[in-house]
Amino acid sequence: MTTTLGAYDDVLDRYAPVLGLETHVELGTATKLFCGCSTAFGAPPNTQVCPTCLGLPGSLPVTNEAAIEFTVKIGLALHCEIATWCRFARKNYFYPDMPKDYQVSQYDEPLCTDGYLDVVVGGEAFRVEIERVHLEEDTGKSLHVGGATGRIHGATHSLVDYNRAGIPLVEIVTRPVQGTGHKAAEVARAYVTELRDVLRDLGVSDVRMEQGSLRCDVNLSLMPAGATQLGTRTETKNVNSLRSVERAVRHEVERQGARLDAGERVVQETRHFHEDSGTTSPGRSKEEAQDYRYFPEPDLVPLAPARELVEGLRATLPEPPSVRRAAFAEVNGFTAIDLEQMVNAGVLDLVGETIAAGASPTKSKGWWLGYLVGRANELDVEVSELAITVAQVARISELEDSGELTNKLARQVADAVIAGEGDVDAVIESHGWKVAGEDELIVAVDAALAAQPDIAAKIRDGNQGAVGPIVGAVMKATGGAADATRARELILERAS
Amino acid sequence: MTDLTRLSATELAAALTSGDVTSVEVTQAHLDRIAEVDPALHAFLAVDSDGALSQARAADQRLAGAGSAQSLPELLGVPIAVKDIATTKGLTTTAGSRILEGWVPPYDATLVAKLRAAGLPILGKTNMDEFAMGSSTEHSAYGPTHNPWDLERVPGGSGGGSSAAVAGFEAPLAIGTDTGGSIRQPAAVTGTVGVKPTYGGVSRYGLIALASSLDQAGPVARTVLDAALLHDVIAGHDPMDSTSIDTEWPSMADAARHPGVDGLRVGVVTELGGEGYQPGARQRFEEVVELLVGAGADVVEVSCPHFRYAMSAYYLILPSEASSNLARYDAMRYGLRVAPDGVAEPSAEQVMAATREAGFGEEVKRRIILGTFALSSGYYDAYYGQAQKVRTLIARDFAAAFEQADVLISPTAPTTAFTIGEKYDDPLAMYLNDIATIPANLAGVPGMSVPSGLAPEDGLPVGVQLLAPALEDARLYTVGAAVERLLLDSWGGPLLDRAPALEVSA
Repeated sequence: MTTTLGAYDDVLDRYAPVLGLETHVELGTATKLFCGCSTAFGAPPNTQVCPTCLGLPGSLPVTNEAAIEFTVKIGLALHCEIATWCRFARKNYFYPDMPKDYQVSQYDEPLCTDGYLDVVVGGEAFRVEIERVHLEEDTGKSLHVGGATGRIHGATHSLVDYNRAGIPLVEIVTRPVQGTGHKAAEVARAYVTELRDVLRDLGVSDVRMEQGSLRCDVNLSLMPAGATQLGTRTETKNVNSLRSVERAVRHEVERQGARLDAGERVVQETRHFHEDSGTTSPGRSKEEAQDYRYFPEPDLVPLAPARELVEGLRATLPEPPSVRRAAFAEVNGFTAIDLEQMVNAGVLDLVGETIAAGASPTKSKGWWLGYLVGRANELDVEVSELAITVAQVARISELEDSGELTNKLARQVADAVIAGEGDVDAVIESHGWKVAGEDELIVAVDAALAAQPDIAAKIRDGNQGAVGPIVGAVMKATGGAADATRARELILERAS
Repeated sequence: MTDLTRLSATELAAALTSGDVTSVEVTQAHLDRIAEVDPALHAFLAVDSDGALSQARAADQRLAGAGSAQSLPELLGVPIAVKDIATTKGLTTTAGSRILEGWVPPYDATLVAKLRAAGLPILGKTNMDEFAMGSSTEHSAYGPTHNPWDLERVPGGSGGGSSAAVAGFEAPLAIGTDTGGSIRQPAAVTGTVGVKPTYGGVSRYGLIALASSLDQAGPVARTVLDAALLHDVIAGHDPMDSTSIDTEWPSMADAARHPGVDGLRVGVVTELGGEGYQPGARQRFEEVVELLVGAGADVVEVSCPHFRYAMSAYYLILPSEASSNLARYDAMRYGLRVAPDGVAEPSAEQVMAATREAGFGEEVKRRIILGTFALSSGYYDAYYGQAQKVRTLIARDFAAAFEQADVLISPTAPTTAFTIGEKYDDPLAMYLNDIATIPANLAGVPGMSVPSGLAPEDGLPVGVQLLAPALEDARLYTVGAAVERLLLDSWGGPLLDRAPALEVSA
């Protein structure tokens, strides 16, 4: 079945988008939320388990104090109120990866409420209101075997790894975000980016989206422009990269817009995001949603964070990412627009590290924002996952500055490194890439002028604009190894 | 030689310390008794002869190696039976359910670890109503336990295995758990002593949960002092149980060794007696009250008006929590696994459903369905929410009553032991057995049942219930020991001496 799509901007000319983001963050505590098992990622399956996180008969939970403190810190960093008294609740449903067939979570008494996070897109500030921040335990992980897709459909059997079961998970839920207009997708991405940076600065999580320690559910609905009644929303689950957050919003805008235009209704449902195609497909319909039968968890005592504890934690909060970034911009001479572009493209840290590795601020920014982000998009990966290190980028930049590589050659070197051909100098060596020498350049210039005598004549007549095609021919002849500035000088000199 | 199985735990401990007997001898005597009478009683689901004897040998080594200065655990070497609801590492634990048949836990419940550390050899695991749901032990998936006083009758429940084992001299001590009366009611109908400590007094870690906010483990014994000694072993704060109370408990044994009621204010609860109570149960209760008055206690009548709603609230809170606690028995990780009939490639959900259908008994299903309904969206406030409010009112009733009285007193159960099958098909009649014991669980206060004699009309034991404020468990032992002494004097010997001898199988 093919899905009819509208064009994103066209849809948003006629409909107002309403966003909602639910973000799950695995906390970086040493042990799980209710037992002493390790939370380390990547251990062999079912080796980090005990009676409690396996839900064996008779086992009981005991709350990890560090997890409470981390959650309070997150709440404070997001300008939330911290509850003086709250409880865990049981969310009851049957699923093989849930050891107790209920999840210990928080329901109507979350630890943190009523906060916000500000983001900037296109020079415009948006305040994303936070409804709640609560703490819960993660589930185990199912691995479906025998099917083509790794999904449960078509699988012959499933395996469950309970290492993840009981890892503390914080859920951060926004209020409906309105008024983003055409910037909906970018605001969604900017929010998750900003949230990730806040969490990383707090030191409460390693926020690795690719390992699932930061996962995002994207809610989206459309309403006719000018309307006040919210439309029917969909919830796209487990959107696991910053880029995917943006793409998921774009796709849902386009899909829902087409449905509404066709007079169809949007079905309230959860949807799955497909990284390969950037599309979503229906999951469980919320209209036949389960009743989770929440009730206060009787195995745990209520949480009542002391005000001294809360104020003590507030005093340890690092400065917000916006302040840290402003200082970074100041030191490196970046403008507010530079900063916003780097932040929203997710390259600010990479630029900073490249500068630290010896490249100039301008070149560092130029490499990441001007070239590598595009390469990442072409290769369909997160820019941070490109197979090139900041040290390699700094080395290429250095060779460019010293005139040993032209810009074009430098990009070829970067591409070769990303393609896995080897380190920077090895790649240059093996390809024999070096800037054309003066003699080689003179030969190429003379040949180009001779090949196009009418253009040579124009140049002689003082028509500077005619130089371009000759530069192009020289570049082509030297395989990009020509220094364009010197080539231009030589053309003017040799033509006359 | 004296029959070792007739001695109390206190007497056994003294004989062990003096070197008159060894733990191996004591343990073997009880294992022999189990072999002789358990075919008739069916108090045990598992007997661990090898384990018990090996623990007995270790206890004997500690006893032999002890210098006079060294203080040893008081019950070192005295064997014990454990209700099959507590996990025992390496020893099957089923909670009386088919769904856990053959399950061998990889860990010990905290109280089991404490028993092991104190050197009490564990004889085996006792029978119980499935997941502790019942008042007769008839709901065990492995068949009922029989009352040593009359094999045609039930030994109470859910801890009928523990009460029958102690009343039948198969074990001097046993562990029970009490969610609505499962220690006290079986004690009453078997002529034994049973104590439900303050909620949080004994760790619940490793006790298979029925209703988390109500469950509490406690001692089953033949004397108040024996119960106190066992209470001292298993009580105490446990960092593995968040609801365990972090406090220094006074010695219950000290309290039991200093009985006294002079000047004590004893409150007779209007709502726990009268109509619905068997005449003999009332008569024996009134005699106890008279004995207390004679010994210098002041008896006052107190009213707890909300107790009349206790049963209704209990049968919403318990099934609600149980429906969630029992969700984990889903065939995915341990226990029974049943494939649905006629499905070639069943899904996990189909296996879960088929397993729960086959693995749970009728009473368990009844309560899971009740609880699932009570927690459902749209019904929660009317049922679970309302029941929690009743619970608060009952706690306030207790608080008010304890303003006027130091302890409260009532018959433990409305009737003597009924015959097997009599109430099996009438759940409401069955539930009424716990009418007097449930309020203590809802409020978390401690309660004790002490034998109060035999009902004249049927010659079967009845018990009297003592209730104290939370944390005042020791008061129960001071008063309970006094009641016990007064009654022993009037009887001229232990009540259990009047139980019929059990037929010994060859």
